Amino acid sequence: MVDRIVVGAHYGLKDWIIQRATAIYMVLFSVVFVFCLLGLPEFNFSNWVELFSKASVRFFGFLFILALCYHAWIGVRDIWMDYVKPVGVRFALHLFTFLLLAGYVGWAVRILWRL
Amino acid sequence: MSEVTVVRQEPRPRPKYLDVFELGMRLPLPGFLSILHRVSGAGLFLLLPFLLFLLDRSLTSPGAFDSFREIVANPLARLLLLGLLWAYLHHFCAGIRFLLIDVHIGVGLPEARKSTIVVFAVSLALTLIFGVALW
Repeated sequence: MVDRIVVGAHYGLKDWIIQRATAIYMVLFSVVFVFCLLGLPEFNFSNWVELFSKASVRFFGFLFILALCYHAWIGVRDIWMDYVKPVGVRFALHLFTFLLLAGYVGWAVRILWRL
Repeated sequence: MSEVTVVRQEPRPRPKYLDVFELGMRLPLPGFLSILHRVSGAGLFLLLPFLLFLLDRSLTSPGAFDSFREIVANPLARLLLLGLLWAYLHHFCAGIRFLLIDVHIGVGLPEARKSTIVVFAVSLALTLIFGVALW
């Protein structure tokens, strides 16, 4: 193993850690949520809405969407960086991706809290 | 004074670009897992609005819940959701493998190959189980 000294603004390291931290959170949430679904007596509207009326499901569910969007931002940005070389096009794609994901977060808030 | 002799060197051979795929090399299994991790991630990103739309429908009202049920009953939508289920599970399992490699577990080639097979086996089996249960 090589001990590397990370210098500079370390944006890369920050994103690398966040990508992994969000992944671990999503793994844990997914497993717990599947057990919550298995605990439903029947999959119908009232049971489904009741599940999402719990403050804990809303809170951790929203955290899941937030983690998902941040994780997707890093992953999709990496894809653009790997395959799209012209700086202008790449920047436009980065901006589009970021705004799209920010919009999804807003949409998730609306879904979960019915604003 | 010493004489300076200029030795004319032969131009050094430049490295040649070899297209490994053209040479008949196939992508090793861990490489295949890795590119599928990217493909599944991209697919999930592209279809995220569809999933949010379904979640929205399912929680809005009893009527909207019925329309959600109608949408997911559509064979084409089902196939799409089955694909997304696989994408999620593959990304999930392959991601755990990458996290373990990050902490230096399973770095050697034999272990890396073995864990690749485990990832494919588990993600495909889970897709089958959830797919059958939800169909």
